[in-house]
Amino acid sequence: MQDSIVRLEGASKTFATPEGGSVTALDAIDLQVRRNEFLTLLGPSGCGKTTLLQVISGFVELGGGRILIDGEDMTDRPPYRRPVNTVFQNYALFPHMTVGENTAYALEVAGVAKAKRREQVAAALKMVGLEGMEGRRPRQLSGGQQQRVALARAIIARPKLLLLDEPLSALDKNLRQAMQIELKTLQHELGISFIFVTHDQQEALTMSDRVAVLSGGRIQQLDTPRAIYDHPVNSFVATFIGASNLFDGRIDGDRLMTSDGTEIRHRRTPSAASGAATALIRPEQFFLEDGDERFPTLDVDLEAIVFVGSTFELFGRTRAGRKIIAEIPAGRRNLIGDIERTRRARLAYDPAAVHLIQPCAEA
Amino acid sequence: MSIASRRRVQLAVLLGPVSLFLAVFFLGPLAIMMVTSFLAPGLYGGVEWTFYPHNFGRILGFADPMFEDFDPVYIAIFIRSVKIAALTVFAALLVCYPAAFCIARLSERWKNFCLFLITLPFFTSLIVRLFVWVLILRQTGLVNEMLLSSGLIARPLDLIYTDGAIILGMVYVFIPFMFMPVYASVEKLDWTLVRASLDLGAGPIRTFWRIILPLTAPGIVGGAIIVFIPALGNFVVPAILGGAKVMMLGNLIEQQFLAARNWPFGSALAMMVMSVMLVLLLVYVLASGRRGADATLNR
Repeated sequence: MQDSIVRLEGASKTFATPEGGSVTALDAIDLQVRRNEFLTLLGPSGCGKTTLLQVISGFVELGGGRILIDGEDMTDRPPYRRPVNTVFQNYALFPHMTVGENTAYALEVAGVAKAKRREQVAAALKMVGLEGMEGRRPRQLSGGQQQRVALARAIIARPKLLLLDEPLSALDKNLRQAMQIELKTLQHELGISFIFVTHDQQEALTMSDRVAVLSGGRIQQLDTPRAIYDHPVNSFVATFIGASNLFDGRIDGDRLMTSDGTEIRHRRTPSAASGAATALIRPEQFFLEDGDERFPTLDVDLEAIVFVGSTFELFGRTRAGRKIIAEIPAGRRNLIGDIERTRRARLAYDPAAVHLIQPCAEA
Repeated sequence: MSIASRRRVQLAVLLGPVSLFLAVFFLGPLAIMMVTSFLAPGLYGGVEWTFYPHNFGRILGFADPMFEDFDPVYIAIFIRSVKIAALTVFAALLVCYPAAFCIARLSERWKNFCLFLITLPFFTSLIVRLFVWVLILRQTGLVNEMLLSSGLIARPLDLIYTDGAIILGMVYVFIPFMFMPVYASVEKLDWTLVRASLDLGAGPIRTFWRIILPLTAPGIVGGAIIVFIPALGNFVVPAILGGAKVMMLGNLIEQQFLAARNWPFGSALAMMVMSVMLVLLLVYVLASGRRGADATLNR
């Protein structure tokens, strides 16, 4: 209890649509955010992740359930009385104020004396790498700099929790990657919990201590990035995070047979030793068979071979017409040359790496 | 021809007609009025071509000793007109500002419908609409009849021919002029900024003063200017709803031209009104100069 900073109990929210129907944005969500944790809410648009964030910041009222922040019930508290600050998607900097005034806003509102305010503003701006920019106007800054001001403004009052609503989506790729690392560092320095919303799975995997994958107003899986990638609980999580080859079929001992006759070998001992299951093989788990008979293989007719720098991406189909994606390290050029000629590949995989998704775990 | 010089020619062609029109029909008459204001009034109307500063003297305190003593009534009319115009601006703002927020949050269809309603009065004659107010406000008018029959009052109230009636009428006339600029800036208001303010701990009242009001101020100032200027010189509303009891600048000037046939004095009054206006605008421009320069720099 004491190690969770936010606790949602049965949080529910339903929105009425203009057509007179209703949409369930949050479906009885239970969630605990730990102290000093970088938690990412990940999901496609409309999955409820932004609603969840707004429930925590107080802009959306819960339809049912309750929310506790640091042990205190915040369910009926307006946003301006919650110890939570937000970095908004489009920064939401006040255009009629300078960078310094923007940054000082939370302190000014809290009645902090002017001299102390100036000191803290300088410290906060230094923290985000904008020393001496107090006098600028938001419109004079680049997107990345505005982002940093928004960050400084949100952390200056030392909230118990910082919410970030897709803050990096407007930045270009290089800047985004730099900011990802900076955010992570900043979170460690500050020692406060971050809840980060994104639809970018790469971002989620890079930065988070834990990731909550949302869909249809429910948390599909809440775990470390690695656990989510390696052991997704259902096929939604498997396809949403990373590329994946999924094989629906029936388990028969140490193999899984699909309806089109494809056979996948595995080493898992599923709780139900037989029955329906889905096997997951990540593209990078395939390798090119070179005469070694130890590993099971899939024969694939290649439709495209794409060079992406560090790897080759192979897009193909099995005899039965099933689509397969594989990633082969670009170091193995000689093998690639062969398959480019023949347009066929024998893809091997390690049965120990095959992950089985049990239908009982499906939502 | 270079692109730059072609641009210049295009600009001249596009702006030519309107510049010519303004030169002939605005600057010309203005010059005539300015000259007239320094001429002596003729005995039987018309003007005498001698330099005569006492038109302004009659207003400001150095009247022509040959004809009349200085009468402070003109300054009083000035002050009262400014006061009524300012109250009109204030009352119109009180009506339009909240309404703009309500309408800005409606769906696109309802928004357009409401904007149509606001422009609807332009479809009928101003005079007719003002006479309807006479019917409503007069001693035997709608309001008094209702109050009398409900027993709330024993004798009819003096509603018409008061400052209040003039302000009411002017607010009624000028609401569309106030509403449009105010609405334009309210509609543009970025509500995530309001959210950001609330999120940073500012309550609704502080958020209004620190965020909403400064960001919608351009619309308020714009509306105030384009209502204040015609309100200060308006003579139709005071003539109909003020009766003979309330004299405003517009009526005074009209009277000088049409009744007293003292064109130089009428012109001098008109020049004074314009000077007051220009001074006020200048103060505004200077006050917002620094901010304005910043805004253009940042764009």
